[in-house]
Amino acid sequence: MANKRNAVLVPLIAILGGFVLGALVVLGTGRDPLVMFSAMFQASTGINPATGGYNPRLVGEFLVQVMPIMLTGLSVAFAFRSGLFNIGAEGQLIAGSTASIGVALFVHAPPGLHQLLILLAGMAAGGLWGALPGWLKARFNVHEVVVTIMMNYVAFYLNNWMVLKVYGTIDGIKTVKFPESAVLRDSFLSSITNGSQFHWGFVPVLLAVAVSWFLVEKTTFGFGLRAVGFNKEGARYAGMKVEASIVWSMAIAGAFAGLAGSIITIGTFSFGRVLPGMEGYGMDGIAVALVGANTAVGVFLAAILFGALKAAQTIMQVNSIPKEIASIIQASIVLFIAMKLGIDYLLARLSRKAERADGEGSKP
Amino acid sequence: MKSKILLLLLIPVILLASCAKKAEPKAMAKAFTVGLVTDVGGIDDKSFNQGTWEGVKAFADEMKLSVDKDVKYLQSTAEADYLPNLSAFADQKMDLIVAPGFLFNNAMLEAATKYPNQKFLIIDSVVADKDGKNIANVANAVFAANEGSFLAGAAAGLKAKADGKKVVGYVGGMEFPLIQSFQAGFEQGVAAVFPECKILVDYVGNFTDAGKGQALAAKQFGAGAYVIFQVAGGAGNGVIKEAKERQAKADVRWAIGVDKDQYNDGVFADGKSAVLTSMMKRVDNAAKDVATLAMNGKFPGGTVTVYSLANNGVGLPATNPNLSDDIVKQVQGYADQIKAGTLKVAEMPTKK
Repeated sequence: MANKRNAVLVPLIAILGGFVLGALVVLGTGRDPLVMFSAMFQASTGINPATGGYNPRLVGEFLVQVMPIMLTGLSVAFAFRSGLFNIGAEGQLIAGSTASIGVALFVHAPPGLHQLLILLAGMAAGGLWGALPGWLKARFNVHEVVVTIMMNYVAFYLNNWMVLKVYGTIDGIKTVKFPESAVLRDSFLSSITNGSQFHWGFVPVLLAVAVSWFLVEKTTFGFGLRAVGFNKEGARYAGMKVEASIVWSMAIAGAFAGLAGSIITIGTFSFGRVLPGMEGYGMDGIAVALVGANTAVGVFLAAILFGALKAAQTIMQVNSIPKEIASIIQASIVLFIAMKLGIDYLLARLSRKAERADGEGSKP
Repeated sequence: MKSKILLLLLIPVILLASCAKKAEPKAMAKAFTVGLVTDVGGIDDKSFNQGTWEGVKAFADEMKLSVDKDVKYLQSTAEADYLPNLSAFADQKMDLIVAPGFLFNNAMLEAATKYPNQKFLIIDSVVADKDGKNIANVANAVFAANEGSFLAGAAAGLKAKADGKKVVGYVGGMEFPLIQSFQAGFEQGVAAVFPECKILVDYVGNFTDAGKGQALAAKQFGAGAYVIFQVAGGAGNGVIKEAKERQAKADVRWAIGVDKDQYNDGVFADGKSAVLTSMMKRVDNAAKDVATLAMNGKFPGGTVTVYSLANNGVGLPATNPNLSDDIVKQVQGYADQIKAGTLKVAEMPTKK
């Protein structure tokens, strides 16, 4: 009982701790922390608390920030449920993006079908990129952390090579624009959000959250994955196919990240890109999964929080607060989560004290 | 126990509520405002972002504007931030929004279309719509790299001649017109002062691979090159490194820097540098110039302004410790001819 309550309380306290620390840093640099909080509020609601003005564009941009990290968060969380640490969401995302560019440019299909094919291609490529380290882990017991980190670089350079040499660029950094049938942005979503980059990618993202929740919590397959996560040898003894579970778990995790690559490529952008550097979606995903306690619902909420922090960076900078503060808050939230044991202990002490006080109060 | 936690949770609510109350009255007399959006390299990249910001700051100093309040910057974390950041400044109704580099072409085209009354400036690139037409509310600042490179070539040629060497080299990043114009100017500059000098030309194929840049430099130095002009960004650092390592071993070879004064990057021992001189693109001058024009109601929207030797857009550094006074004087002579228009510098290398 106490455990379940703590599962919600610990992240909340961690988040609070992160914000307090962020506010202290802002204060320490001689600026007003209220400006920071108001920037965060404005970035996620579009409402400027100082003037009362409303700009729906900010809401759109906020949601654009949320989408990819929700998916990479799911990716990391899903793998973690079967005891695997997927550092490779970044690479799987890039692999998904590379495949999506190819399908967007060279496959001709009517709108609707085309986007679907692109998303599927992204998921397949990401899945493959995840399955390989999974297979190496299952077959040869090569640690997935090492392999996935290295595969991030392979994906990164492969993407740039593919875009430059195979797809072809117009100016050395980007491909030609995708046809209209291939993109997720349209004038309707753009117009209701005052011209933001908001796009239809939110539909597959929400579906992915639902699928992830259903797979892990409601199916025998998911039960098998969780069993492997709890105790690999125990699961094997119970007759489960541990090796297959590991490969599948990584493949599905990769597919989530690959989907993120797809929606960035055909949603946020509408052309293939030579990447100037890793963009950190995978790392954000790790933080999101941690804060979300590796559950689909938790990831959903944590991604919204981290998306708001990312979106707030722009407004904070406009108000002369360094964007790094938002990163400090993110990092300290993760840090506080990592102090879960300590917080658990504090909570237990607090509640013991409270009980004792209650007990004494009821005696006479 | 519950009440304590509730209390903890209440803190942010109280904070939020109190900040909503404190709606500050805005200063009414509006100063001229400039916003710079950086690319993912960040504000302290020692290159375009930083250079442009220095120009914006210099403008603020001259016009007595407050840095942080009237002129400010937004750093981008990922490419997906470019458009939101440009839009954020547009929503703030900044008088001029500046972005450095051709990475911004797409985002700026979109932002300029969305905010037709907003003035934009792109540095070192030209924003055009899909029909190739310039955008009315975007000023484009480009640099006559060929002119500055001519001076670099003249300096390299004179140095080689003075020290009795007969080969110089050029290492470019990628072979497209912008970078080829450096090669054209360099070749013409060398030929003007030392026609018999041989010029080796290599391209790295990217702007990031310092290892390959160094390997190409080693190859050219091995083939007798005395001075190498690098136009390869991060890959070019490999060229400077190779020159530095050879100088440290008493094998005297020189590198010529690009975009900014790279003298300090070439320092190897007791303050001596292997960087002969640098071909600078004065992005700071361009940013300052366009901001001044915009402030005086002469915003050059829809046009392409070329920053050349004549308007201090390109050139060698003011001080060149590694060049003799005689060479500096001769190079200055060429600079004057180019400024006066009596000497024309080609924009594309002659095919061989």
